Amino acid sequence: MTHAAKLLQKPWIWAYLAAILVWILTVSVTGGSSAIGLTHAAFTFASFAVIVGTGQMLVITLGPGNIDLSVPATMTLAGTVALKVMAVDNTMILPGLLIAIGIGIAVGSANYALIKLLRIPPIIATLCMSFLVQSTAIWTNRGLRVKPPPALAEFATSSPLGIPNVALVALLITLGAWVLLERSLYGRWITAIGQSMAAARMAGIPVDGARALTYVICAVLASVAGYLLASFSGGAALNMGAEYLLMSIAVVVIGGTSVAGGYSNVPGIWGASLFMFLVVSMLNTYGLGAGFRMIMTGVIIIAVILLASRRQTSSP
Amino acid sequence: MTPDTAPPLIEVEQARLRFGAVKALDGATLHIRPGECVGLVGHNGAGKSTIVNVINGALTPDEGTLRAEGAPVERYGIKAAHALGVRCVFQELSLCPNLTVIENTRIVHRELGSGRGLGWRSTARRIIERSLDEIFPGHGIDSRATVGSLSIAQRQMAEIAMAFSDAGAPPRLVILDEPTSSLDATLAGQLLAQVRRFVDAGGSVIFISHILHEILSTSDRVVVMKDGNVVAERPAGGFTADSLFEAMGSVAKPENAAQARRDLSSAPVLLEQRGRGLPFRAHRGELVGLTGLSGHGQTEMLLELYRQRSGDWLPLRDPAVAFVAGDRRVNGIFHLWSILENFAVASLGDLTRRGLVNDSAVADKGDGWKRRIEIRTQDMNNPILSLSGGNQQKVLFARALATRAPVVLMDDPMRGVDVGTKREVYQILREEAAGERTFVWYSTETEEVCLCDRVYVFREGEIVAELVGEEINEANILAASFQGEAA
Repeated sequence: MTHAAKLLQKPWIWAYLAAILVWILTVSVTGGSSAIGLTHAAFTFASFAVIVGTGQMLVITLGPGNIDLSVPATMTLAGTVALKVMAVDNTMILPGLLIAIGIGIAVGSANYALIKLLRIPPIIATLCMSFLVQSTAIWTNRGLRVKPPPALAEFATSSPLGIPNVALVALLITLGAWVLLERSLYGRWITAIGQSMAAARMAGIPVDGARALTYVICAVLASVAGYLLASFSGGAALNMGAEYLLMSIAVVVIGGTSVAGGYSNVPGIWGASLFMFLVVSMLNTYGLGAGFRMIMTGVIIIAVILLASRRQTSSP
Repeated sequence: MTPDTAPPLIEVEQARLRFGAVKALDGATLHIRPGECVGLVGHNGAGKSTIVNVINGALTPDEGTLRAEGAPVERYGIKAAHALGVRCVFQELSLCPNLTVIENTRIVHRELGSGRGLGWRSTARRIIERSLDEIFPGHGIDSRATVGSLSIAQRQMAEIAMAFSDAGAPPRLVILDEPTSSLDATLAGQLLAQVRRFVDAGGSVIFISHILHEILSTSDRVVVMKDGNVVAERPAGGFTADSLFEAMGSVAKPENAAQARRDLSSAPVLLEQRGRGLPFRAHRGELVGLTGLSGHGQTEMLLELYRQRSGDWLPLRDPAVAFVAGDRRVNGIFHLWSILENFAVASLGDLTRRGLVNDSAVADKGDGWKRRIEIRTQDMNNPILSLSGGNQQKVLFARALATRAPVVLMDDPMRGVDVGTKREVYQILREEAAGERTFVWYSTETEEVCLCDRVYVFREGEIVAELVGEEINEANILAASFQGEAA
């Protein structure tokens, strides 16, 4: 088999090919003048989707029915509280981050507690949790928009190495996730659980421990994304997480992770996140309205799921 | 046997039926004449349910002929069987729980729908209540109640009454599959009396039961099945309970059963469990067998033993038990993974460095076990599903044996495994047991149970007998699983 053919076998390759195609289509319309700006923006905005999507991917790997719908609310709460605590003070940047992470740990633990103690499906449990968390965010925020500390805002928006800082952070996180999934004991555990929870239990895997940890990691990554996004956009807004609900699931699916669980794909998250941003830019460039953009986004996700399922059935 | 003047109601001749590699019926022949009750006995998997399903039209045999009232039938099916008058009462209740007894009657008797229009409820009620009153006087069942609200015994009574009821197409052959398992002695007596009345009036009954005295007292003729074939057939008077046992278990003793059994009662106790019935105990290095009829609590006990001794939140530093699944697809293999990953998953804790899996150590261990247990593959990195069922099962054995767990629990793991593989695994089990490993082995095959040092017999969720050494033989196991008392 040639290298090219081998590359085409990779489940993540399609996300990258699609991203490149859309990039070319967009740049060709604007006459090439926007190439650098578009690329830069794509990496910046894709970063947030990558961080949230990585957490969602770990949860989806746990198998059918596992999903975290509390991601947007967690992002909002973490961003709101962290900015309020930091109070535009540069010395409070690290405590702010720790608070965001603490919120993630709390929300993730509460999510799994609901799933386990009340025996309700994750989709319901995390949706309930999302209302609680969003209400808490509204209560703490009270309509105020606190600015991020100047140094943090500077960090989140600049790119001293030519690559946006947020993209570097997202890259580090995905590298960590890759090691965790492909090399660590925990990674073996969650892919086993995703294939068969009963078999995993009987193979000596601590199923509850591994699942709880996964929901916590997902919520922590959502919190970190919320913290960075709020700092990037000059303050937390109550609807700042909204678009990341669909986005976090879409990038996982388009990236080649199996919706049925047990198989995940870290590189695909990047390709898919870039693709999702570029599609929106392309439709914008063509002057299409918001409503049509959303329809197209839905159509694209459905098309990718169809293609992905056909790929899996055709190859043994 | 003296030929009757009337032709047999149903004749199944030389029926053969395979499910994959399993021969469910292997040339079985069964005749049912009008006015007789045929008792059908045999061990699990003997083919009783299969031949009954051939007669009620649910299954079509691969080979063999079927005659109804002396004439060969071409297109036999559930409808044709119903029209002929075949009715069934199954072990697993088959009424719709969300409907009332009356509505269920309407479903069973299609005739009620035609021509009677809206009036079917009162007709159905009359039919079912008459049948109930006749069979179980003073039954106390409200026919307007939904089946789901009835007790298990009442449901069974409703089902039996349904089978004997007549709504235009009279019942001529009633098949009773373990009908008394949820009835108490009085109700069972009423049912057996009904069977005799029905038979004396010219009807036929096929009666399946594990309670042998019921079979002997109620049937005119007893048919013994084994391995998909009829192995004995005599008038009921020609059998005693003992000779019936023997007929069911007339397998030649396998050679390897002759191995020396060890008495390990002085070795330290590794597992102990108290529940209903006799206490369970397993000593170091012992091969403990669990047996009895299938589904009488053996698997539940193994799962319980496993759950109590493994961590659900944190992994144990030293695994206490390992598990070999019998139902590979449910709690055995990980279908997306390679052979190596499937093999290694239970012992990964010992094959990691600082939380990261040590690939070369895993590969070395995999190669060692591949040679030892002869997993037939070129490459351990091939997908697990590329292996045959027997080899997949070997991987599951290797997975459990490769752990450091001193106790291995086995949930009837040899189902659907070919003879050659079985022999190899038996050999490995013996080596491991000699190396002081303890095995708790649930098996539905007597040959395997006879390899054990000590055997617990299960019945209705509890241990009813403990057999040691020379007591372990098919007759004793059958006696204990059917009657609940050690021979």
